[in-house]
Amino acid sequence: MSKQEQHWEKTRGLLFMTLAIWFVFSIGIFLFGAEMNTSTGPFGYPLTYWFTCQGSLGIFVILIFWFANRQEKIDEEFGFSEREDD
Amino acid sequence: MKGNFIDNLPKVYGIYTGGFVGFIILMAIGEQMGMSSKAIGICFVAFTVFIYAIIGYLSRTAQADAYYVAGRQVPTVFNGMATAADWMSGASFVAMAGGIYFKGYGYMALLVGWTGGYVLVATLLAPYLRKFGCYTVPDFIGTRYGGNLTRFLAVVVLTVASFTYVTAQINATGTIASVALDIPFQYAVYVGLVSILLCSMLGGMRGVTWTQVAQYIVLIIAYLLPVFWISNKMGAGFFPHFMLADEVARIGELEQQFGFVKNAAADLKSVPKGLAGITKAHSAVNATPWAFISLALAMMMGTASLPHVMMRYFTTPSVKAARKSVGWSLFFIFLLYSSAPMLATLSKLSLIDPSLPTGIIGKSIAEVQSIDWYQNWNQANLMFVSDFNGNGTLELNEFFMGGKAVVLATPEIAGLPYVISGLVAAGGMAAAMSTADGLILAIANAISHDVYYKIIDPKAETAKRLVVARVLLVVIGFAGATIAAMEIQGILGSVIWAFDFAMSGLFFPLVLGVWWKRANKEGAVAGMGLGLLSGLGYLIWVRNGGSGFLGITQLTFGIFGSAVSLVSMVVVSLMTSAPSAATQKMVDEVRVPSGKSILGKQH
Repeated sequence: MSKQEQHWEKTRGLLFMTLAIWFVFSIGIFLFGAEMNTSTGPFGYPLTYWFTCQGSLGIFVILIFWFANRQEKIDEEFGFSEREDD
Repeated sequence: MKGNFIDNLPKVYGIYTGGFVGFIILMAIGEQMGMSSKAIGICFVAFTVFIYAIIGYLSRTAQADAYYVAGRQVPTVFNGMATAADWMSGASFVAMAGGIYFKGYGYMALLVGWTGGYVLVATLLAPYLRKFGCYTVPDFIGTRYGGNLTRFLAVVVLTVASFTYVTAQINATGTIASVALDIPFQYAVYVGLVSILLCSMLGGMRGVTWTQVAQYIVLIIAYLLPVFWISNKMGAGFFPHFMLADEVARIGELEQQFGFVKNAAADLKSVPKGLAGITKAHSAVNATPWAFISLALAMMMGTASLPHVMMRYFTTPSVKAARKSVGWSLFFIFLLYSSAPMLATLSKLSLIDPSLPTGIIGKSIAEVQSIDWYQNWNQANLMFVSDFNGNGTLELNEFFMGGKAVVLATPEIAGLPYVISGLVAAGGMAAAMSTADGLILAIANAISHDVYYKIIDPKAETAKRLVVARVLLVVIGFAGATIAAMEIQGILGSVIWAFDFAMSGLFFPLVLGVWWKRANKEGAVAGMGLGLLSGLGYLIWVRNGGSGFLGITQLTFGIFGSAVSLVSMVVVSLMTSAPSAATQKMVDEVRVPSGKSILGKQH
């Protein structure tokens, strides 16, 4: 397998992992919205309500930065990262 | 602009922010010294628009690279701010808290959808389109799939989606300008339009970028300051986001106590159009899982297909920067979106809790009708009470409000000085202007670059191309303003349709262009054409009394459109021959971040 193919394989792996986390917090948990809302979440808000106000939103922010860092590491590993002055 | 302008950005915008805060203080002093509320409103809107116009003028350019992609040198954090302003429309600013106030959980699918979409942008598209080096979204489609037809169809989808969206934004600038400057709406729309064009005409993407950063700063201050102030004034907590659990619970208690009484249809007829009462639980789950998920999903896929957002990531210096920049964009959006539910909570509690001095439920109708702020907002057609059951006391089901009032009226109800209302008007104006600028530019650039330069006259010189681009900008702006002046639909309805149109026609052709090498020209034509047509057909069907299927409504018709788009694109691609070796090699190159971009610097 060429270097480029290996790079793409890892990139694709990272994509699936990121999208899996995205799926859980954008779709998965809301399948159980009514059940979850009976428990108390962070700061004392009802749990589902908290996810729609802050939780899912904040997780997406962190997820994108995490993804960007992981992808940079993959690019560096294969020598595909860009020059700094670019 | 000097060469080292980029290095000085933090300083420049630091001074700008300080200047704006100074201006707010100046206005507050003015108010104490007896300046009229009308004068304060005019000053806020006129001063901020004047500053944007100066930035627009200073960013003027005669180079295609600067005009289309701001010279590809916008640092990640600043591009994040510009994207956030580009993204958060007048509707987000003025109507979102109101939507949460009235509809609760079912509406909050939009919060999840309008943020979750950025994960798709960051992972599936932005870095690859940046590597491609295109000027516009159709530029990518046209080059990746080849042929003028694909390019043209992409322009069509882009125009349908963005134009639906932009009329709503021009409408919002007109509404705010007409209130703040006290002129009739049909003229105010054109005042709004001229303000919008001042930002983008001379500098194109470069001008829009630097005005959007300035507009973000104004809009975020204008949104957060009242939320924190009201929360502190009510004694609800100095950091509302972490401290409103008791208030949310209290609203739940009051809902139990009052009950949601259903009004008779005859009674509701007397309520002015556009106003609503509180009929849904504040923090309880009041929608089925599919209703919530389908709306969130449609907004997420729409986010990843809207060209005015995507083209912001063409302006970063590198692929790496494009990825990071998506994270910053969402962070800046998060600051406002996570505050909207808090504002809705504070607003609702201050109105319905009888134990608070501002609470009106349980008071006598005559007493409520004599309150100053009630009279003001009743006159502005945003508030209404009526004694349906004739007991002389205001009940929860007898109080009606417009969605905009949550943002616009809450500061006044909570007893904040008028200067805050002026600030909120400037913030709403900034939000609507920045989005309108991004959208008009996206349409004008697509038509000038993809239709005029790439299809009609490929030999045109840069100077001529930029003249065409600017003429189109004005023409599209005027077309949008003319339709906005006719006031056809509500602000939010048309915004959501734009997402559905974009995802119907563009989501899969864009994503598969990067992630599926086998996708070819015929498939892309089918995907865009059939996707858009089926989405549009479904919308028309449901609007005309069609029952729909699978619970897909007129707000989520993009789910049907994009499904048709995906199936037709895959089937047609597989039935026709694979793309050429050169195209496949191009896709391979797009997937590698380093190296030259696919399209040259000046193309």
